[in-house]
Amino acid sequence: MAALTRESLKKLRDSLKKDFNRINSAGKTKVVIGMGTCGLAAGAKETEEAFLEALAKEQRKDVVVSGTGCMGLCFAEPTVEVIVPGMPSVVYGNVDREMAERIVRKHIQGKILVNDHIYDKPSVDIIEELEGN
Amino acid sequence: MSLVELKINGEVVKVEKGTTILNAAKEINVNIPTLCHHADLEPWAACGMCIVKLENSSKTVRACATPVEEGMSIITHDPELHGVRKTVLELILSTHPNECLTCGRNQHCELQTIACEFGVREQPYEKRLRDLPIDKSTPSIVLEPEKCISCGRCVLVCQGLQNVWALEFLFRGENTRIAPAGDDVLNDSPCIKCGQCSAHCPVGAIYEKDETRKLLDAIQDKNLHVTVQVAPSVRVAIGEAFGLEPGTVVTGKLYAALRRLGIDAVFDTNFGADLTIMEEGTEFVQRLTEGAGVLPQITSCCPAWTDYMEKYYPDMIPNFSTAKSPMMMQGAMTKTYYAEKMGFEARQIYSAAIMPCTAKKYEITRDENMYSSGVQDVDVVLTTRELARLIKSSGIDFLNLPDEPADSPIGAYSGAGTIFGNTGGVMEAALRTAYNLVTGTELKDVEIHQVRGLDGIKEGVIDIDGTKVKVAVAHGMANVGAVLDKVRMAAEKGEDPPYHFIEVMACRGGCIAGGGQPYFTTDEVRQKRMEGIYKDDKMSEVRCSYQNPEIQILYKDFLGSPMSSKSHKLLHTTYTPRPLHRL
Amino acid sequence: MNPEKFILVCNGAECRNPGAEEIYNNLRHECSIHNADDVQVIRTGCLGFCAHGPVVKTLPDETLYAGVTPEDAAEIVENHIINGKKVERLLYNKNESKQNVKVDNADFYQKQFRIVLRNCGIIDPENIEEYIARDGYAALEKVVFDMNPDDIIAELKSAGLRGRGGAGFPTWMKWNFTKQVESDEKFVVCNADEGDPGAYMDRGTLEGDPHSILEAMTIAGYCIGAKKGYIYIRAEYPLAIERLQKGMEDSRALGLLGDNILGSDFSFDIEIRLGAGAFVCGEETALIASIEGERGMPKPRPPFPSVKGVWGKPTLINNVETWANIPVIITRGGEWFSKIGTEDSRGTKVFALTGKIRNSGLVEVPMGTTLREIVYDIGGGIPGDKAFKAVQTGGPSGGVIPAEYLDTPIDYIHLKELGSIMGSGGMIIMDEDDCMVDVAKFYLGFSVDESCGKCSPCRIGGRTLYNILEKITTGNGELEDIEKLKTIGKAMQTASLCGLGQTAPNPILSTLKYFEDEYLAHIKNHRCPSKKCKELISFHILADKCVGCTICAKNCPVNVIDGAVREVHTIDQSGCIKCGKCFEVCKFNAVFIK
Repeated sequence: MAALTRESLKKLRDSLKKDFNRINSAGKTKVVIGMGTCGLAAGAKETEEAFLEALAKEQRKDVVVSGTGCMGLCFAEPTVEVIVPGMPSVVYGNVDREMAERIVRKHIQGKILVNDHIYDKPSVDIIEELEGN
Repeated sequence: MSLVELKINGEVVKVEKGTTILNAAKEINVNIPTLCHHADLEPWAACGMCIVKLENSSKTVRACATPVEEGMSIITHDPELHGVRKTVLELILSTHPNECLTCGRNQHCELQTIACEFGVREQPYEKRLRDLPIDKSTPSIVLEPEKCISCGRCVLVCQGLQNVWALEFLFRGENTRIAPAGDDVLNDSPCIKCGQCSAHCPVGAIYEKDETRKLLDAIQDKNLHVTVQVAPSVRVAIGEAFGLEPGTVVTGKLYAALRRLGIDAVFDTNFGADLTIMEEGTEFVQRLTEGAGVLPQITSCCPAWTDYMEKYYPDMIPNFSTAKSPMMMQGAMTKTYYAEKMGFEARQIYSAAIMPCTAKKYEITRDENMYSSGVQDVDVVLTTRELARLIKSSGIDFLNLPDEPADSPIGAYSGAGTIFGNTGGVMEAALRTAYNLVTGTELKDVEIHQVRGLDGIKEGVIDIDGTKVKVAVAHGMANVGAVLDKVRMAAEKGEDPPYHFIEVMACRGGCIAGGGQPYFTTDEVRQKRMEGIYKDDKMSEVRCSYQNPEIQILYKDFLGSPMSSKSHKLLHTTYTPRPLHRL
Repeated sequence: MNPEKFILVCNGAECRNPGAEEIYNNLRHECSIHNADDVQVIRTGCLGFCAHGPVVKTLPDETLYAGVTPEDAAEIVENHIINGKKVERLLYNKNESKQNVKVDNADFYQKQFRIVLRNCGIIDPENIEEYIARDGYAALEKVVFDMNPDDIIAELKSAGLRGRGGAGFPTWMKWNFTKQVESDEKFVVCNADEGDPGAYMDRGTLEGDPHSILEAMTIAGYCIGAKKGYIYIRAEYPLAIERLQKGMEDSRALGLLGDNILGSDFSFDIEIRLGAGAFVCGEETALIASIEGERGMPKPRPPFPSVKGVWGKPTLINNVETWANIPVIITRGGEWFSKIGTEDSRGTKVFALTGKIRNSGLVEVPMGTTLREIVYDIGGGIPGDKAFKAVQTGGPSGGVIPAEYLDTPIDYIHLKELGSIMGSGGMIIMDEDDCMVDVAKFYLGFSVDESCGKCSPCRIGGRTLYNILEKITTGNGELEDIEKLKTIGKAMQTASLCGLGQTAPNPILSTLKYFEDEYLAHIKNHRCPSKKCKELISFHILADKCVGCTICAKNCPVNVIDGAVREVHTIDQSGCIKCGKCFEVCKFNAVFIK
């Protein structure tokens, strides 16, 4: 992409806002894995592999698996946020290989939440949930 | 210059903007205690002794490094500050050996003085010494890191003032110590033995090698005829050891004291200086008028400088004057000309030299040229400090000695010889003679003020019979680089050299502030010693080297003429490129 | 049918709030008798608010109920889930959360308020588009085209942001000083040398949202007139370094960094400089020396870096967290920011909550949040329900705050009054098993290791203090030692050259202030009340509890436990190394520490 100008930056942002919207996710199913040092130390790489394998098995090529920084729930790493259109997005903690497979089966495919591993999001999202002036 | 008004201990003070609190306090005669501070250097602000309070605030600042601000109100001394300063002192003492009685700085130590003033009577904190080895690798200087208080002065001097970078802080925290980079011994480092580190060290962590015993042994040896030469700078500084003002000329007493020590013949390095001028001046005129060598010519009498040049500027060896230093010429003449006259063999003569310089201890065995008489030309070098101690311990009442003359035939000197002690002195002396060699007449005004003074680099133009001779004088090793880089650049571009003649002295102020001079040398002291030298010049019977009658006899009877083959053999030397591979 | 409503029942692993299982079962029962098949009831991990538990949350409407009893299940299902009417009396009092965050029309209950960490855990830090989508580079755009340097200063002034590196100096002032100095060259520096043990706020920010720092530094360059910035980051953060480098590459490609930013005539670029393992290089003058390739040793100030910094030029240095606040202040305005926090300390602070705490991690709270809220509502309290003893803030430069001050609001002025400091944000929770003398010794040991060695008070005083503490913790302390600690501590505070030495005695002076009895126990009674200091404790086996299972003997690394199967075991004191393994493995509580 070429260097941006003020106008092209504004245009880019507006088009991206539609795609990258945490609450609505623009209709895409997303699995966002915490890949800060805390997550990686707890095994986030393996968690990522597990998701990719499980999703491939279910032939869900439409699900986006990506990484993110530290969400602050360091005590519960590896953490994974699961966004399925039509369901509230939740954050799971202590997601090992087995949990990953369970999430794919029950939450992504089965549209129900998985017991015992949900953690609350630590804060309101000031970008999407709080307008400034 | 704008003024700043502030209060110190309730008293109003007005000083120039940029003045530190420390100096502002001095103006009203308040002496804030310091330890790592030195007037020659930028404030290092390490020791913590100079902390002062800002009134109505809990803040303390370091007086040595904090510039005054309008409306500041400072408290320099109160019971709380006294308590903190004393604790800091006690902490420093807890890592310092209790060896005052056997230490080279006994009675002249800044830590000793301040501990005494603070009435330290006990050491409440555990003693922690590190058992570090002593470095005696160079001929001149000893490092005793156990006594180091990490004031940083030696590092700042060696890196900043001298640009030699032989000393650095190694390791961190409580393991910090000062040594050459890579923990080399000093002799394997860039060290040029100038001794400025020892001159600035507040304690006994760096000091000159004491070789007094060697001289005493020689005097005791009935088979040796002991001679001595005294450098110009010694006569304006040694008086300080006996309570005289810096710059007091005590030449006559110096000769008298040396005789009373049992020395057989007392000569003067100033004679050697006159001899150096005859040789070097002739060499210069030959290069200038006959193209007998490259220009600019650079003086070579400073051994720290020749060491530096061989290591860092070996490409400029052809520019170096081949003349030896006055001390080495004097030594050579002592063991040949004088020996012949007196019917001695060279090996029967012991030649000692009293110098303001620590590098001179290294010079005497530099290479085989220093043995031109067949044996070692100069046998031992004692610094001014060593001689002062020797005089005291021999019960000689220096201040009440009569003035005596030096011995012939190599003791008399001209004013040009004595000004070798000052920066610019060698240049001035050389020009006085060069003028005569070219024109056959005497310079109308022998005092060449363009090359005098404490500016790090001085430039001047002297008219010698229509030729504009361009000269440069650099002192303090860090200033040399700028001058020589100019010369190198001109050579690279194929231009004319920017100077014809360059004088270099490693120590700021010249030899009068050399590494072996009495302690506590600041610019104020340098100024006074320099003025003493110029007074000695003014008082001299003759002001130019070629007018020295003993010099004239020497050439007539012994050497022939300057740059003759005999002169070459005895009074000239060669240089070896020894580029420093290490960074 | 896929559920559309969800009821979350907090069931944290070590929850002290009983009844979660019953509440869960009751809710399920209620749902089934009302035929609410579009509702799923789930157990979760810890949802926080432990002091107000049991906690129940509903999604997607994000309602939080506190102090729920099993009997409330019927009301929740009938009124709220079926009929859409919230059960008012059970609602968690949001206003309590929002007392420090006066943002209109905001309907949230969480105690944390993430400004610095706004994108962390949400965006992919290696994807610049996700940053842009969430208002990324909107601040830079506004600054370059719609604002002049004075406007930026005014915005910062109205925001009231204070430096987050620990000193709390008003940010607008520092920017203004550097802006006002006339110079041909100026620099912007980000201090990412985060060295406090246990602190990783800056790491989290840089790994999770590197662009926020790049954007902020560029804005600063525009404001003060600099063309070059340095990020001085410790080499121990390789992931953050990688992400910063990727970020810079991507920004440069899009014209958001480098020459002619966004097509304007403003150019600014950034270079990364790595630290080499010296905590002291977090001090700004030592940091500058390190950037210049010199030994990392502090220099006296004045002159301050804003006048004479890197290469002798005016330099603006700020901490990572300070930088991360800048883009939001520009896009939302200083006034919006100033409504968060307290009068003395505006905005939020990120803390690395670690130690004896259930929910450890990076938390960001509005200034003025109390310690109790952080420890119990966010942190989930102390594991094993042990007694809270103290919280240590500010790392090796800070102090401890005991339980009686748990209701202190956290801001610069209150922490200072208590003898601690905000510092960069380390917050370590300690319980009854932590020995305060040992804590002081740990921090001092760190400062002694990291001392640069330039000034005498720190270089010598630090080690002298440490050796005295060592004496005390090994049972060789004397009463005069306490006076010596105070005298040397005072000298270091007054006469050290930089903050490292000036604050190194703080942990000692603070623990002495609040826990002098522990010091005296060590000295007078040769006892460590917390049973931590090895020389002062010994391990014994209680005859009436030991069943002879031999597990302790099998696990003893030095084989000093004797005893036959099914017979009482004994520990040979002369060989015991006090490792604590036997205590750890015994299932019968038969090992006793004296």
